[in-house]
Order: sequence, then C-alpha cells, then structure tokens
Amino acid sequence: MNGRTFLQRWFGRGWLSLGYLFLYLPIIVLIVFSFNSSRQDMVWSGFSLRWYSELMSDTEIISGFGLSLKIAFMSATSSVILGTFAAFALTNYQRFRGRTLFSSMVSAPLVMPEVIIGLSLLLMLVSMQKVFGFPERGVLTIWLGHTLLGMAYAAVVVQSRLQEMSKSLAEAAMDLGCRAHQVFFLVTLPNITQALASAWLLTFTLSLDDVVLSAFLSGPGSTTMPLVIFSRARLGLDPRVNAIAALTILVVTLAVIVYAVLLARAERQRRKQMSAAYSADQE
Amino acid sequence: MTSLLQSLRSMVTLRWVTGRNAVIAVPSLFLTAAFLVPFLIVLRISLSDMDTAGSPFGGLLSYVDGIVVLKVKIANYLFIAADELYLLTYLSSIKYAAITTAICLFIGYPFAYFMARARPSIRPVLMMLVMLPFWTSFLLRVYAWKGILANHGLLNDLLIALGVVQEPLHMMNTSFSLVVGMVYAYLPFMILPLYANLVKMDMRYLEAAADLGATPLQAFWRITVPLSKSGIIAGAMLVFIPSVGEYVIPELLGGPETLMIGRVLWDEYFTNNDWAMASSVTVLVVLLILVPMAIFNKYKTDQDAEERT
Repeated sequence: MNGRTFLQRWFGRGWLSLGYLFLYLPIIVLIVFSFNSSRQDMVWSGFSLRWYSELMSDTEIISGFGLSLKIAFMSATSSVILGTFAAFALTNYQRFRGRTLFSSMVSAPLVMPEVIIGLSLLLMLVSMQKVFGFPERGVLTIWLGHTLLGMAYAAVVVQSRLQEMSKSLAEAAMDLGCRAHQVFFLVTLPNITQALASAWLLTFTLSLDDVVLSAFLSGPGSTTMPLVIFSRARLGLDPRVNAIAALTILVVTLAVIVYAVLLARAERQRRKQMSAAYSADQE
Repeated sequence: MTSLLQSLRSMVTLRWVTGRNAVIAVPSLFLTAAFLVPFLIVLRISLSDMDTAGSPFGGLLSYVDGIVVLKVKIANYLFIAADELYLLTYLSSIKYAAITTAICLFIGYPFAYFMARARPSIRPVLMMLVMLPFWTSFLLRVYAWKGILANHGLLNDLLIALGVVQEPLHMMNTSFSLVVGMVYAYLPFMILPLYANLVKMDMRYLEAAADLGATPLQAFWRITVPLSKSGIIAGAMLVFIPSVGEYVIPELLGGPETLMIGRVLWDEYFTNNDWAMASSVTVLVVLLILVPMAIFNKYKTDQDAEERT
C-alpha cells in the first residue's frame, strides 16, 4: 500500500462498492418485492405472504420444478463424468492426434451462443426423427443438451484442479508400483473430490436455470421451471416469479453456507491429520 | 532386478495406453455426436432444397444417367445478402455486443484491479462475492431489471422522489435497458479473467518504474495495462462472443427496435418454421464467431503453456 494516497484508496473502495451494488441490486429487489402485497409491479403497498401461498397452489410451477430437479440431477452427474474424462485427457496427455480439435470442442460450448447449440441439436434430432423415427423430444433430449453445456464447465473446473495437483504424487505412486487405474482411484480422485463437488453443483445450477437449450429441446409435457418462468416473464411482471426467486436465493444461500462449513471442517480435519502425521514422524 | 523393474514399467505403460485411449475416446465420441455432427447437419440443411429433398441427410450428390450432380442451394445465402434486414441485424448484434464489451471492460478493469490490490486476506471474500450471483438464476436476475427499469419501477420512483425528473423516464424495452441487462449479466465474465491475471502481476515492475521516475498513472498505462493484455483479451472474448448471439436478455429487456441475431434465428425456426433459413443464419453467425473464438483459443493455449513452465 506504500505510495498510495488517501484519495486513491477511497476511489478503489468506492468503485468496488458500486460494482457490488450493481451485481446485487436485482437480487435484493427480488427478495424485497416478493413480500409485497400489491399486484401492481413495483409499488410497495405492505407486507404479505400472499405470493408464496399462491405459488404453493401453482401446479404448473411445481411440476416444472420437479422435472427441472430431475434433469439437473441427471445432467450434472453425466457432465461431471464426461468433463473429468476430458479434463484428464487435456492435462495428462500433451500430444495425441486431434488434440486441437478436441480441446476446441470441449471449450466451444462455453462461449458459443446457446441459440446456436440449441438449434443445431434440435435440427439433428428432428432430422433423426424423420429418418429413424426417434428420439422424441422430451426429458432425454433436454438432458443431452444440458450435458453438452455442463461438460464444458465441468472440464474447466476439474482441469484447473488437475493442473494444480503436482505430477510428483502420481509419479511417486507409479514408482511404488501402482497401476494406472490405481493411481487414478487412489491418488488422483481423492485429490480432486472438492473440484468434482463444485463442478457438480455448478452444472446442477446451470441445468436448473437453462432456458434456451430447454426451449429448443423440450417436447410437449416436458416444460421445465425456467420455461414456465420465461413464458410468464415475457408477458410482464408476475409477483409469483419474485416469490420463486426469493425461495431459490434462500436455498442457494443455505447450500453455500453448508458447503463452506463442511469445507472448513474438512480443512481442519486435514490439518489435524497432517500435524498428527508429522509428530508421529518425529518420535 | 533392473530387468524386472523394466518389465514392470512396460506393463504399467501398456496399461496407460489402453486407459489413455478410453479417456480420450469417451468424451470425443460424445462431443462428435452432440456438437460436431449437429453443426454439419445445419450446414447441410442450409444448402439444401427442403421442398424437394425429403430427408435432410439425402444426397447433395446425386447420380443420374452417368452424370454426378452436385446440387447446392445457395438461395438462402443470396437472400440474406440481398435483404437489408438481415444485414442490419448482424450489424446491430455486433454493435450491442461491442458496446457491452466496452462497458464491461470500463467497469470491470478497475474492479478487478482494486480486487487484486486488496489485502490478500480479504481477496477470497471479494472473489466469492463476484461468483455468488452465478448461483442464483440468471433468468430471474435479468427479470428483476424489468421491475427496476419499468415506467413505475424502482429507478423512476427514486429519480422522481429525488426531484431529478418530473415525468418517469421511458427506459424499459429500449436499447438502454438491453445494454444494462447485457452488461449486468456479462460483467463477472470480464472481472474473473482480469482478476486472475492482475493478481499474478509482479509488483517489482511497478517499483522499478517508480524508481525510474514514472508517475503512478504512467506506470499504470505503460506497465500494468500491457502486462494484463491476455486478461483483457480473455475477458473481452468471454463477453463479446456469447453476447452476439444472446437471446434471453433481448427478449426480456430489449425493445422492438433492438435487432439481435439470436431473436431472428429463433423466429425463423419457431415462428416461420423455415429450417433452411434458420440454418443459413446459424452458419453465418458461426462464421462471424469463429474469428474471435480462434483468438480466444490461442490465448488459452498460450496461457496453459505459460502455466506449465
């Protein structure tokens, strides 16, 4: 901090505060106005839980939510498995035929606009249906699309952890006679569990939230929650949507707190074991 | 003993070979089936005559009376080239993406800079606070701006209460609300790579610059900014490429005059039911995006190589 004037420091703090205000303003607004009693858009007219109770009797939302959870669970799991494979290939194998194509295919869904991924998958599925008579659009096709997207994100998360992990650990295990699959299951996997967990959560929320791919890939009877919200949001403001938002924010906040607590506990445990190991070593 | 060890080693390597192939093959097959093939089909459909060809897989090449005929329909592309609306939509998508990228850089660079210069103990918290909104629904956060920017929304109420304006400003469903929504949604994609880059910077360069008589501003322009070039490129690409094809934000916050290619593509398929046209528009958008994507990939490989050394 040497050489920094008072003004510079406060300019920095001000910029950060305004930035965070910008990022959090919509979230705060959603929570506050979910308790508004008025139907009118954003005019505050008193505290009420009316929209929450209306939400509970909204069958369209509730069935959409159940479907979304199911798809998110499926696609998070498959994304993490495929993403880990891809990340492993990209970190451990520097040279193989088609590596450039492979790495660009892995990362392309990260940046490629979703309308394009959605449309091309849809056109393939519709073409296949014309020729082979399957697959029908529905849960499975949405799952396919979400897995493609989630895999790219999972690969990034797992890859950064694999790169951090020192190669010497795997090499030591090999020298001690571990076979490749043993190295993977006994050394690599335990070291990347945290990254796998974050990748799973990330792809889970990604799938839970996705509108565009779901819209292209859903069929009659497979309307996910974001599709319901999106169709209502297009028409205008709907206070029930605020209530959904507040509820999801509540759940996410709780999940983040639980995750942080578990992480801290695991870290403490690890330190305790480490120090125990060292003191045993010295005896 | 050594020979035993060697044979053991070779067994291990043999294991690696099969495992290695599976590790590469599984994601490759999936990506080919779910990403590459669909694109090729789109390309194929964009060049085909949907009215006569029943199957979209059917031959571009046909063999009649000893003559191989290659039938390529470029009518869709000619139509796009001739129709001003498409051209305007492409240009306007690029314009909004560029404006979004510029504003994100303007807000995000100082933001990432101050984050990186904060005390190391609070940096993880600052970082977490940027990531946290990602965990709540993107759709809902964009939707919230409808309520903030509406004629009787929060911002207008505030401005009227403060006496800045008498009449509510018309902000919703204009290019203003579109840009606000896009900047809001993509700002973290600018901040995170910039932060990752700036936090790694060697502060001794700045000390050297100061010793040699540079003012802080000069040091910033001539050292910090050039050193963070790869972060700027990564951030700009992560914002620019997806925002060119953005659909949800223009649909919720944009107005009738805010032409975006994502919406046109959607309408061609869902409203006009024109597969071939939708495919041609898609192919052109992909071509438009390939150049920035190549830059992004080159940056990424450079970055990876840098990290490995």
